[in-house]
Amino acid sequence: MLQEQELKTFVEGTTNYFEIAAQQPASIGSPYLVSGVPTTYDYTGIITISGKREGVVYFTAPRAMLTVLLMKMQENDFSHENMCDLVGEVANTISGNARRDFGREFVISVPSVVHGERADVSVVAGRRSFVIPINWRSHSAKLVVALK
Amino acid sequence: MNASNAQLTRPAAKRTLKLMIVDDSNIMRRRIERSQQFAQLKFVGAAANGVEALALFKRTDPDVVTMDLTMPQMDGVECIEKIVQLKPAVRILVISALNDKATAIDAMERGANGFLNKPFTDRQLTEALAELTRDA
Repeated sequence: MLQEQELKTFVEGTTNYFEIAAQQPASIGSPYLVSGVPTTYDYTGIITISGKREGVVYFTAPRAMLTVLLMKMQENDFSHENMCDLVGEVANTISGNARRDFGREFVISVPSVVHGERADVSVVAGRRSFVIPINWRSHSAKLVVALK
Repeated sequence: MNASNAQLTRPAAKRTLKLMIVDDSNIMRRRIERSQQFAQLKFVGAAANGVEALALFKRTDPDVVTMDLTMPQMDGVECIEKIVQLKPAVRILVISALNDKATAIDAMERGANGFLNKPFTDRQLTEALAELTRDA
C-alpha cells in the first residue's frame, strides 16, 4: 500500500512548481481512488517508477491552465511544443523530488509527454490509482499516482 | 581632480561574458536567455542536448554555461566533463530538477561551479548567475 509520506512527496513536487515558477501556490482537492485508468486532460507528463514500487505517476492538465501558467512565467509562445515542454517540466520536478526523498530505492524514468484527452498512460489494468486534484486560479489539473 | 586622475580611481568595468544555454526544454532556454539582460552576459547560443552543446561550444567559445542534467543523447554530467577539458576556466551553472545531494556533488566534482534547482524564480536565477560571474 502506498504510504502517506510517498504520496506527499509527489504532491509537494507538483505544488512546488506552481508556487515557485508562477509565484502563485496551487491548492489540493480531496484525493480519491479510481479503478482502471483515470482520464487525462489535454497534456500529460509521465514518470515511470520501478524498484521498491512499480507503476506510473503523471500530471495531467488542460491547455487553458497551461496557457495561464506560461503567461505567469513571462512566456508568450503558447505552441503545442511549449505545452508539452511545460508538463514535462512539472513531471521533471516531481521526479527530482522523488529522487531526493526516496533515493536509490526508486528507479525513476526520464519524463515522457502525451497529449489528448484519452491518452495512453499505460496504467496496469486492475490497479487502483490515487487521484489528487490540483487547483490553481480557476483551473483544475490532476496528479495521478498508480503504484504498487 | 583632473580627467586622468578620475580615470585612475574609477572601478574597472567588468568585461562582458559570453553565455551558452543547454537545456532540452524550450521554455527553460528562453527563460534563462531573458534573464541574461540583468547580468554582464551576452547570449551566444542555446543547445537542446550534450552533443549539440559541444558543437556550439567549439564554435562560440562561451565563458559561462548553464547546463541541464537530464537530456537525450548526451546528459549534462558527461557534457560538463567534456566542456571543462576544452576550456578549464569556463564557469558552469547546473540548472536541474534533480535536487538530491549526490547529483549536485557529482556535477561539482566533474567541473560545475554552481547548482540551481528547478523550478526557480527570476531572482534566484539572477543571483545564481551573479554569484557565478562575481570574480570574472
